[in-house]
Amino acid sequence: MYAQMIKSTGQGVKTLDEMEPQERAFQERIDAGGKIEPKDWMPEGYRKNLIRQMGQHAHSEIVGQLPEANWITRAPTLERKAILLAKVQDEAGHGLYLYCAAETLGITRDEMTEQLLSGKAKYSSIFNYPTLTWADMGAVGWLVDGAAIMNQVPLQRTSYGPYARAMVRICKEESFHQRQGYDIMMKMAKGTAAQKRMAQDALNRFWYPSLMMFGPSDAESIHSAQSMAWKIKMNTNDELRQKFVDQTVPQAEYLGLTVPDADLTWNEEKGGYDFSQPDWAEFFDVLKGNGPCNTERLAARQKAWDDGAWVRDAMMAHAEKRAAQKVAAE
Amino acid sequence: MAQATAKAPTHNEALFEYLLRMGDNSLVLGHRISEWCGIAPALEEDIALSNTALDLIGQTQMWLGLAGKVEGAGRSADDLAFLRDAWDFRNLLLLERPNGDFGQTMMRQFLFDAYQMLNLEALKTSSDQRIADIAAKAHKEASYHLERSRITVIALGDGTTESRTRMQAALDAHWPYIGEMFAADAVDIAMTHAGIAPDPASLRPAWDGIVLPALHEATLRVPDGDFAHRGGKDGVRHTEHLGHMLTTMQWMQRAYPGATW
Ligand SMILES: [Fe+2]
Ligand SMILES: [Fe+2]
Repeated sequence: MYAQMIKSTGQGVKTLDEMEPQERAFQERIDAGGKIEPKDWMPEGYRKNLIRQMGQHAHSEIVGQLPEANWITRAPTLERKAILLAKVQDEAGHGLYLYCAAETLGITRDEMTEQLLSGKAKYSSIFNYPTLTWADMGAVGWLVDGAAIMNQVPLQRTSYGPYARAMVRICKEESFHQRQGYDIMMKMAKGTAAQKRMAQDALNRFWYPSLMMFGPSDAESIHSAQSMAWKIKMNTNDELRQKFVDQTVPQAEYLGLTVPDADLTWNEEKGGYDFSQPDWAEFFDVLKGNGPCNTERLAARQKAWDDGAWVRDAMMAHAEKRAAQKVAAE
Repeated sequence: MAQATAKAPTHNEALFEYLLRMGDNSLVLGHRISEWCGIAPALEEDIALSNTALDLIGQTQMWLGLAGKVEGAGRSADDLAFLRDAWDFRNLLLLERPNGDFGQTMMRQFLFDAYQMLNLEALKTSSDQRIADIAAKAHKEASYHLERSRITVIALGDGTTESRTRMQAALDAHWPYIGEMFAADAVDIAMTHAGIAPDPASLRPAWDGIVLPALHEATLRVPDGDFAHRGGKDGVRHTEHLGHMLTTMQWMQRAYPGATW
C-alpha cells in the first residue's frame, strides 16, 4: 500500500502473559478498541513502526503529486484542469495531515523529508511509474486511489489516535478522487477510437503496479503479525488485494475494457476472482530504485527542496525579526 | 492611441474584447501558477498556490463563458481557451512571463493582485449585471490572493540578504510590465463610457497606495522610470513565451479535435 514493506522492530508477538504490566495495559487497551494518544506510554517498537509507516504514507502523498502534476498543464478542458488541480492539492493536504500526525511521535517534518531525500525512507512503488497519456489521470484515480482506499478505510480504526483521525479526513477525499478517475475513464472508454485505445493502454500499464501497491504476500511475516496485533495494520496484504480485484474487475467490464490477465476467472467456491500475481521481481527492482521514474521523482523532490531553501530561510528570518520587534516594543 | 487605420470597435466588439482580457488574464496566470503544483518551497505554499490557480481557472470559466455568449458565435469557454492562437489572446504581458523563482512568481502575483482586486471592486458596480455578478465572486478571491501575496512579498523582501536580492531583482524585472495594466485604449474607453468598467488609469493611485507601502515594508527600492511594454491586452505583440504556454495547454484539444473529455 502507501506503506509497503514496513519492517517491524519487534521480535514476534508477545502474549499478554509475557508482558510487563505497562505494556500489558497498553495492549489490552488496543485489544478493547481504545485509542493510543501522543502523551500515552507506548513501546518503542510501536513508536518506531508508526513513524516509518506514517512517514512512508506521507511521502507517498507528496511524491504522488508528481505523476499527476505532470498533466495539469495539459488537461484537455478547463473543468478537467480544475478537478485535477484540486485533487493534487488534496494530496498535498494529505501529506500535511500525515506529517503533522507523525510529528506527535517525536520526529519533525524536516527530518522526515531528509529521510525521503536520502533514500532512507520509502514511498509507494506505484509513483515510480510514468503517466504517459491523459487516460493515466483516469487510471490513477480509479486504480491507485481505489487501492489506497482499500487500505485506508480500515486504518480509520487504527490504534493510534492522530493517525486514525487523519485517515478519516483523508478517506473522504480519496473516494471523491476515485470517482473522478472513473469518470475520466468512462468518458474515454465511450469516446473516439483514440480515446478507447488510450483507456485500454492505461489499464494495461497500471493494473499490475496497482496490485503491487498492497505489498507481497505477508503470510509468513512476523512483522505483519506484530503490526496487526498493534492495530497499525488492519488486514493482510492478500486480503486487501483480493478485495481490490473483486471490486475492480466488474468496473473494468462496465467500461468495456479488458483486464490484462488471461487467467482471471471467477471462483465460485471462494466467492472471488482467481488472478495472476504481479511480477514481484519487478516490484523489488522498483523498491531498489530501478523503477521507470525513481530517479526523476527523487530528483524533482530534491530540486524543489533545494530551490525552496532560500524561501524557507527568509520566512524564518522574517518571523524572527518580527518577534524581536514585538519584544522590543513591549 | 490606436493607429489611424484602426476603426473604433462597436459596443459588442469592445465588450467581447474586454471579457477576453478578463478571462485571458485569469487563464494565463492560473496556468502559470498551476506549473508550481508539487514543487513549491513548502507544502503550505504548494497548497496555497494550487488554491490560487483553482480560483483563477474558475474565474476563467465565468469570464470566457460570458465572452462566448456576448460574441454570439457559439464558442464555449473551452473553445476560447483551447482553440485560439496567441494573436487572439488578450492577457497582460506580465502574466505570460515565465514563473522564474518563487520570488518572481510571488512578486508578479502581488503586482497583479493589487490591480485585479481594485478592478474587480469597481466592476462590482458595472452597468452590466452579468459582469457585476462575476466580479462580486471574484473580488472575494482576489482580496484573499492579495493579502497572501502581500505578506509573502514583505516577508521575502525583509527576510535574508539573499531573499532581498532576489526580490529586488524580481521587482526590477516585472516593473516595465506594470504600465500596461493602467493604459487605456479604445476598448477601455468604450467600456468606461458605457459604465461597464473603470478607466484603468483611475486605479493607479489606489494601486500605488497598496503596493508602495508594502514594497517599503519589504525593504525594496521602487525602480525608476515608467517605461511600459505593451502588446498583450490588445494582442498586437505578445512575448515569445505565450506560444510555448499554448503549445502545452492546447495540445490535447489540437491533437484530438472534437473529442469530449
Ligand atoms: Fe491521498
Ligand atoms: Fe487521492
